[in-house]
Formats: sequence, C-alpha cells, structure tokens
Amino acid sequence: MSDGGIGASVRRKEDARFLTGRGTYTDDINRPGQLYAYILRSPHAHAEIGSVDTSKAKKAPGVVAVFTGTDIAADNVGGLPCGWGVKSKDGSPMIEPPHPVLAQGRVRHVGDPVAAVIAETREQAKDAAEQIAVAYKTLPAVIEATDAIKSGKPQIWDAAKGNVCFDWHIGDPAAVDAAFKKAAHVTKIDIVNNRLVPNAMEPRSAIGEYDRGTGEHTLYTTSQNPHVIRLLMGAFVLHLPEHKLRVVAPDVGGGFGSKIYHYAEEALVTWASAKVGKPIKWTADRSESFISDAQGRDHVTHAELALDKDGKFLGLRVSTVANLGAYLSTFAPAIPTYLYATLLAGTYTTPVIYCEVKAVFTNTVPVDAYRGAGRPEATYVVERIVEMAAHEMKIDPTELRRRNFIPKDAYPYQTPVALQYDSGDYFSTLDMATKAADYAGFAKRREDSAKHGKLRGIGIATYIEACGIAPSAVAGALGARAGLYECAEVRVHPTGSVTVFTGTHSHGQGHETTFAQVIADKLGVPVENVDVVHGDTSKIPFGMGTYGSRSIAVGGSALIKAIDKIVTKGKKIAAHLLEASEADIEFKDGKFTVVGTDKSKAFGEIAFAAYVPHNYPIETVEPGLDETAFYDPKNFTFPSGAHIAEVEVDKETGTVQLMKFTAADDFGRIINPLVVEGQVHGGLVQGIGQALYENAVYDGSSGQLVTGSYMDYCMPRADNLPNFSVGTHTTLCTHNPLGVKGCGEAGAIGAPAAVMNAVVNALAPLGIKDLAMPATPERVWRALQGQKAAH
Amino acid sequence: MYNFNYHRPSSVADAAKTVQGAAEGKLVAGGMTLIPTLKQRLAKPSDLVDLGKIAELKGIKKDGNSIVIGAMTKHADVASSDVVKSAIPALAALAGGIGDPAVRNRGTIGGSIANNDPAADYPSAVVGLGATVVTNKRKIAGDDFFKGIFETALEPGEIVTAVQFPIPEKAAYSKFPNPASRYAIVGVFVAKTGSGVRVAVTGAGASVFRQKEMEAALGKSFAPDAVANIKVSPSGLNADIHASAEYRAHLVTVMAKRAVAAAK
Amino acid sequence: MATTVSMTVNGKTVSGSVEPRTLLVQFLRETLGLTGTHVGCDTSQCGACVVHVDGNSVKSCTMLAVQAEGAQVTTIEGLAKGDELHPMQAAFREHHGLQCGFCTPGMVMSAVDLAHKVKNPSEDQIRHWLEGNLCRCTGYHNIVKAIKAGATAMQGGK
Repeated sequence: MSDGGIGASVRRKEDARFLTGRGTYTDDINRPGQLYAYILRSPHAHAEIGSVDTSKAKKAPGVVAVFTGTDIAADNVGGLPCGWGVKSKDGSPMIEPPHPVLAQGRVRHVGDPVAAVIAETREQAKDAAEQIAVAYKTLPAVIEATDAIKSGKPQIWDAAKGNVCFDWHIGDPAAVDAAFKKAAHVTKIDIVNNRLVPNAMEPRSAIGEYDRGTGEHTLYTTSQNPHVIRLLMGAFVLHLPEHKLRVVAPDVGGGFGSKIYHYAEEALVTWASAKVGKPIKWTADRSESFISDAQGRDHVTHAELALDKDGKFLGLRVSTVANLGAYLSTFAPAIPTYLYATLLAGTYTTPVIYCEVKAVFTNTVPVDAYRGAGRPEATYVVERIVEMAAHEMKIDPTELRRRNFIPKDAYPYQTPVALQYDSGDYFSTLDMATKAADYAGFAKRREDSAKHGKLRGIGIATYIEACGIAPSAVAGALGARAGLYECAEVRVHPTGSVTVFTGTHSHGQGHETTFAQVIADKLGVPVENVDVVHGDTSKIPFGMGTYGSRSIAVGGSALIKAIDKIVTKGKKIAAHLLEASEADIEFKDGKFTVVGTDKSKAFGEIAFAAYVPHNYPIETVEPGLDETAFYDPKNFTFPSGAHIAEVEVDKETGTVQLMKFTAADDFGRIINPLVVEGQVHGGLVQGIGQALYENAVYDGSSGQLVTGSYMDYCMPRADNLPNFSVGTHTTLCTHNPLGVKGCGEAGAIGAPAAVMNAVVNALAPLGIKDLAMPATPERVWRALQGQKAAH
Repeated sequence: MYNFNYHRPSSVADAAKTVQGAAEGKLVAGGMTLIPTLKQRLAKPSDLVDLGKIAELKGIKKDGNSIVIGAMTKHADVASSDVVKSAIPALAALAGGIGDPAVRNRGTIGGSIANNDPAADYPSAVVGLGATVVTNKRKIAGDDFFKGIFETALEPGEIVTAVQFPIPEKAAYSKFPNPASRYAIVGVFVAKTGSGVRVAVTGAGASVFRQKEMEAALGKSFAPDAVANIKVSPSGLNADIHASAEYRAHLVTVMAKRAVAAAK
Repeated sequence: MATTVSMTVNGKTVSGSVEPRTLLVQFLRETLGLTGTHVGCDTSQCGACVVHVDGNSVKSCTMLAVQAEGAQVTTIEGLAKGDELHPMQAAFREHHGLQCGFCTPGMVMSAVDLAHKVKNPSEDQIRHWLEGNLCRCTGYHNIVKAIKAGATAMQGGK
C-alpha cells in the first residue's frame, strides 16, 4: 500500500476549492447571452385551469418568451417518466398517470408548475409572472394518504380508483397467521413515519443551452446522476438522441436523494433554450424548493410482532399506507416496496413476515427516496416494535435483541422477505455500542438527571440496510426500468499520472479523494497524481450516479475491474521489457517485477512505454493505457450496526435534549475513516432531525405546505446536538472485490428509532408507551399531561 | 423584490421629510425583517429611507438612573456593552439572544420595536422595564407604545430615536424559542424595580402584554414559587403548529418562574 | 432606476451599476463574479451568504448592495493569502468540517468572526454562534472541532 491508500484518513482533495470559494455549482455558471426562467406555480392544491392569459406578461420589460402547458403539448414534449414499475397483489400494473412538464388543464399540488417566463433578468421574469392571469377553478383536495383511500374523497387521477396507485404485498400471509396462533405474546404498534423535506443546502438549478452550429443541447443541472437524466429526458421527454445531449452535473451542494430525479425544470430550460436560441438559467428560491423538490417518508403503518414465551420472534405482520404525492416521481414506487418491506427482517431471525403496502396519490408534493429511502421506515417499524415488546415482556431490550439476532455463523442468511445477507456480526456492534455508551451506567445517570428535575431515557436501535442495489437482472424482474451497474475508466497518462472517470457522482461524499486512494493503493500512484472526474456525460462513458450508498460498493468495484485490466496489460508490457514470461510478472507496490529476481519496471515506465511504443509487443498489445470497466453487482451489500441515544426531557416544557449518541457500524472495508465518520455524523443528524425536529405539515383543507420555509420547518442546528461517539466493527462484504458495504445512509436509518426509543424510555416511568415523531416540545408536554396531541 | 427609490439621509429631520414626502415611504433600520418581507414581495414601498447613516441615532449611555440606547444601535452592541451589562444584565442577555450573530450585527433596537413583531424579544424589555420610547416628536411610555400585532403608537413620519431604560433592582428574560425560527414562542421579562415588579410577556399574544396577577404575587414575594401556580388563561393567545394557545399559556408560567429564578 | 455603488471588496475598490433592490449577495455573485458566497434560503436563516461588512459577519442576502456603499467587505475569496489557506480554512480541511461545500463559505466567515470576538471559544459557544448557519451534510460535529482548532491557530497557536 502506498501512502494515502485504502484505510488512510487522507485529507480531501476537493476541499481546497470549496474552502476558497472556487467551487463551481450550477448557479455559479453563467453562459454568454444567458436569460433567466421563472416558473409560475400553482397556489392551489387541486384546481382546474380554465385559461392562462400571458398577453400582458409577454409585453413586460425584459421578457423574451412565456410558455404554458399548451406550448409544451403543441411541441409534443413528453411527460416525466417513472423509472420503476410495481405490480399489485392481483398482478395488475400500478396506475401510472402522466406527469407533464407544465400543467395540462389541472394542477394537483401547491407548487405544480403552470407557466414559465423567460426574461433578461431574474427579477424581470418574476415581475412578469405576476402579470399572468390564470383562471383556476379550485377543487377539494386530499392530503393524508389514509384519508385519500376512504370513499367519497377527492379523486386525483381518474384511472386511480380510490386514489390507489398500487396495492402490493410480500411474504407468506398464511404462514404468518399460523405463527401468530402459536404466539405467547403479541405486540402491536401504530406508527406514523413523518414526511420530511430533504433540504440539500444548494437549491436546485438548471441551465439549458443549445448550439445551433452543432445541434447539441447542453444541460447543467444539480443532479446526482447526469447520465440517468440524459437517458430519461432525452428518450422520454424531449426526444433527443444521446449524442446530441450533454448533461453536466458540476459541483452539487448535497442531494440526499432529492437530486436523483428528473425534474420538469430540467426539461423546460433545455427545451426553451432551443426555442429562444439563448441559454436559460433557472435557480430555485428555497421556498420554491419546499414545494418542488421530491419529499421523503410519509408512511402510516400498523405492525404486529408474535413472540414465544422466551421472547423469540415467531412472525411479523405489517400493513402500510404510503403517500406518493400527486405524481409518480422517478423512483417513487420502489421506495415503499422493494426498499422497505424487504428490510423488515432487520437483524433478526424472524422466520415469517408478511407486509402489504397501499401506495396512494394525494394533493401533495411527490414523495421519493430521501437518505435511506424505505430502509429508515422499515428500521423504525422493526426497532420500535422490538423495543415495545421488550418493555411489555420485561426483558432488557439488548437481551431481547441478542436472543433474536441472526447468528454469526448463519451467513449467507436468507430472510423471508427476499434478501440474502452475505455477512454481518450484530452481536459485536451491539457490544461495542453498549460499552461506548456506558449502557451499564445509565441507571446512575437517570438518577442524576432526576435530581435536576429531568427525565432521562436511553434507546437502542440495530439496523440492517441494503445498499448498492442490484443485480440489474434481479432489479429488472422487480420492476426497475434501468440497469444498476456502474462504470469506471482509468486513464493512465504517459508519465504515469492517472485520471479516473467514474459514473458515480460526488456531492459531498468525497469521491475525488477516496477513489484516488483506491488507485494509490492498487497502482502505487500517489493520491496527488490522481484526478477523479465525474458528472459530465461528455467525459464519462456511462454511469448510474450516486444514491443508495452505492458509490464505493458498485462504482468502486467497477474501478477495481478497470484497475485489473490496467495491471493485466501492464504485465504484458513489462514481460516484454523485462524479457520474461507474463506469468512470471508480479505487480506490487507500484512495480512490475519478475518473480524471484530484482528485475523490475516502475508503473510510470510501463505507462511511458505504452504511449511511446518503440520497444513494445506491438503485435499482441495495443499501445496506450486506458481501460474501461462496467460492474454489475452480484448482490446487495448489507451494512449494519447498533445505535444508542440518550435524552433528557424537561418535564415542565416537554423539550427533549439529545445528550449522547453512540454509533457502532459495520460498513465492510473502509477506504477513508475520516470521510466515513463524516458520513455517519451527517446521516445521524438527519435521523435525529426526523425524530425531534423535522416535519412537513400541510394544511388539511387548503393543502398549503405550512412548513414551507426555515421559519417553520425545523432544521437541526449545531446547538441542538452533542458530539457523537462513532466506531466501526468490520465484516467484509463477500461478493465485491473491495469487501466494501457503503456508509452513506446508516445514520439516517438507525437514529430515528434510537432517539424515539430513548424518548419513550424517558417517559415510560409515567406510563407512556408510545409517542409519534417528531417528539416536539408540545407533543411531549401533552403526553405528560395525558392529553392527546393537537398536532 | 419590487423596485423602489432608495434614500440615505444623514439626519432624522431629513429622514422624516423624505419618508413623508414619498407616495408610500418606508423606513429601514437594520432591515432584518423588512428585507426578507420585500424579497417575498409582501410589501411594495415606493421609497425606502435608510436610517443607517444617521449618527445621532447610535450609541449607548448611562443617564442618571437610566440607560439610553440610540434607535440604530445594533443588538450585538447592546449585548456586548459594558454599560448595559453592568446596569441591566438582563437587557444585554436579551439582545445577545436575538436571531443569530449575523442578524445581531445588523438588527437594531429601534427597528425591532417599531416593527413590533408579536414574537420579537425587545418589546418585552421595553414594557418589562417600564422604558420610555423617545421619538423625533415626543416621548412615549413603553406601556403605551405597543398597540397590537405589528402596530405601534408611532404616527406617520414619526421616527424612534432612542429608548430610555430605567435601571431595575434586578431583572431577567426567559425565552422559549420557536425551534425552527428561533423567535419567541413565549418570552417573559421580569423586573423588580423601586416602584414594583413588572412582568411582560412576548410571543404569546398579538403584542407584548403585562401579566398583572404575577406582578402582584411577585410584589409580595419575589420568588419563583410565587408564580409557579398561577395559571394563565389561553384565551386570546396565539396558536400555530409549534404551540397551541393552551401550551403557550402554560409556558408563560414556566418562563416567568425561570426568569424570577434567574433575576439579578 | 440603476444607481452606482462603490465599496472595497477583499481589499480592492470596486463599483458597479445596480438597482436599489439588488442585494449585496447579488452584487458580489453577479456583478463581481465572486460566486463563493452562496444563497441557500430566502428567509435569512441558512447563513450560506455570510460575509464580513466592516469587520462583522452579516447575511449578504439580507442587505442591499446600496447599503454597503463605502463599506469594507470581505468574502470567502478574500481570506486565503495566495495559495496559503487562512488558518480557519486549513482547520476545516484538517478536521473534515465540510462535505458538499455549499454552506462552507458562510460557515468559515462566521467562524472567523467568532474567533475575532471570542478568544478560545468553548464548544458550547461555538455551537450557539452557529445558530444562523445551517449545514445538512456534516452533522456539525467536525465543524465544531474545526472551529475550535481554527480559532486557536488564528491566535498563533498550533
């Protein structure tokens, strides 16, 4: 291993530009002659559009064009496609309504785009948008999914009877019924998994540009996966061939899922820039992001766990209503199904599981993957019900978990809900976490808190997640409409420096450093001589982007495959130069050596020979040293861990203060511990945010998003939080070359359940068994008063 | 933001003249509320008159038994002022808890009280300390200044120039912030003065108000227990997704009790 | 309605034509091309736009460009001396106090203001000081660590 190889906490290469203000985010880019778009959005949750009068707006100062749904339809612009199809229990396909770029006759949520003004400045575009007269005929709206499926409610799509998109299930209901009949104890719980707004700090932005000379369209966009956008927008929306459409996702200021999807504004600026012949930039205001970025979670669930007299889990039965919002966002159907119900075994040997999921349209912003995507929802169900069962059966929650953990020697372990776990060790992570959190000393801390009038609670959550979604064929059989492989190109330059082109995308994850570390480790090239390029369809062969903690597991595996090809070719060249047989060449520490001799060639010498092939095996080996590989994963990876939260509740105000948080995670092999810790911290705070602060609240009758800005949507701040104790225990992934599992979502998956278990534990001495997220001060105070929460 | 004409006069007299002469003139002090309001296009003034360059409106001084703070004095300056910290530490602490550091570097006391946001902190200190608001036209008792939601006794063209705070025996401000915006859901300012105890509540109602029952109880015994069992009626109190009227009423008691305990 | 505004930005006198409604952040980003200062919200809460005006941190999205007439403005681009990072920038790098980098300029400018005003700030003081700076990536843990180290380094400590 060279310095800065796998396992080293290398300081990040990308930081210098971010720290000096030289990052290039989409809104930092300005193209010659650039115009600005402003999107006029529906102020109503549900309305018919009678007429849209743009005549005054078109005459307003600086205005170049105004477009409405009519213009979009006249040009045959397609709707935004959905990338995953799910079938209902009866085998019928999900209801897949159109998703127009600009509304066609009806708006279905506050924020639905209605018209676009193109003007010379942002303010002029905004000024002119106020001159557009839209005749709305408002319709009754429905906000809650559990409400939308009742009879007599407003119907959002004619094709979706009772607003149901699909009614899906997994598992064996008869076997589960049988298990419940044998149960000594049954624990039941009702759960609301609150809707969240992802809130990447960089608002979405897009610039469309058309080159009349070459006929090429370019879209700069805040995306986690530019190739996916090119595919979806090119093939389905604008009907542009890939070779004439370039999508660039430059520096992107956080995504957390919300920048996976293909959004209307991307298609709009690309289409409109060709119409008006000038580049067009659109950048969301934050209040616009709140009503136009896909949101997360929003499940209502009833779950039942059957246990024998010793606390062994016999079966789990789960019924969930998932809110999809008004339209199907790109991967929405996969989230409450294959990324949710398949995780309900968690870390346990529960032998039979049945889950049914009704996915429902409502007059709200579409819901799709948000950090964790289905897995936090599953973990929350499992870990709350396990905690509740422990309380009811008077078994220590750590003990109940240990009794049911999948044994260390049981891998590969087939769960009853489709997944096969390749490796893991839940006992060790739980041991690590309980030690680091001083679980044994909690009783004393609870007493100390009581002396100050505070209620102290401790809560545990263990979790399993499925990352690096794949293999493509399996995902395809389950409804995915894209491949789930990844691509990497390793370009070795003549003097031995390296450029890596990866189809993954870094928007905070640090790939420019960690991927360079893999190169340093495997090829012996120092990190500073390696550049990692991502986010441009004109540079990278192909890619599926970054989501679902897939980058190192899938993208890193593709990188290893490309590296292997480089080494194989290098050996051939070295064999020629060293006058040895290829089989006798060994590559180690950046040198090609004839085994058992001191004859060797440095990596740089081989690279040089490949590009200056004077003394070269030219008959059998091509010049150059540039290899591309695609990797299709063999299975998911299964990171896991144990999280412990400790809270104090102010009895008088109901305020919950997080006092301690401990995480012990198994991410497989770790490339850069510093970066991994950072990923855990960030995920934890999003999970803690869900448990204590964040909640997307819509007004039940008007459908307005009440928490439509940071004045009301509570983002976790530095002063809400303690320092964290994080650690890792490694079992290697058995089916990818690096043994990596992924770490991006873990924090957001384990934390909500750990924190809520702690809050309920704090309140338990007063007879409180359950509380809904987020545990806001008033909600806790009301629970303490024995009153029903008003909100 | 809609466009407007911008003026930056160097005297109060000029400012008053300019704002009155405009079709729809608006004064801007620190702009911490006004600029976000303009950005959301919720107001459309024809003219903006910036008080930022008027030297006579700035500064903190001790004047006999009061502290006089110029209207354009920033929250950060009040929070860090040795004069304020030694005379009325509760006032310095209140100023140091408004918004965040960057907001405190722009926001002013005059702007805050003239705006009279029901969740602002300063109004509770003005009423709680029995302060006097000085304008370019007159002096207004704190008790008479705040009229209702975003409404004050100021007349058109009248500009707050300073606030005079009598120095109390002891005082404290206790705030329960909105977890998202950090404005006060309930803030209670308690002061023990030579002429009695004052309890001023912000955040809970349409505008700051005095809690007379608590004042009477604390007049007899200035101790947390004196207010601990006083139940405030939720009737007429604010309600939103963060706190119902009932919860706010409860918090008034809790914050009052904590302020009394913290008073110095 | 355009008017001319002049100020000193990162030590250089600059001027430009703006509308009265032009925000300081728009002037910096669009007129001067200093795109290191970011806009992350429209309610003055996220702090991605924090710059120094006359030595104090302010939210450049909540100040008009015309209000900065004659002021000394420092942006993130003005902190480093050539290629040498400012001690606070270096501390953010060392302690992995940034991920996507979008909130970072505002965080660093806020942190430098704190270090100027409070010598050796405690963890608690740092966390409270960051009330007006939102980060969605880091969970703040490493930012707090970085600011502590950066503040020490700014005093000449190592």
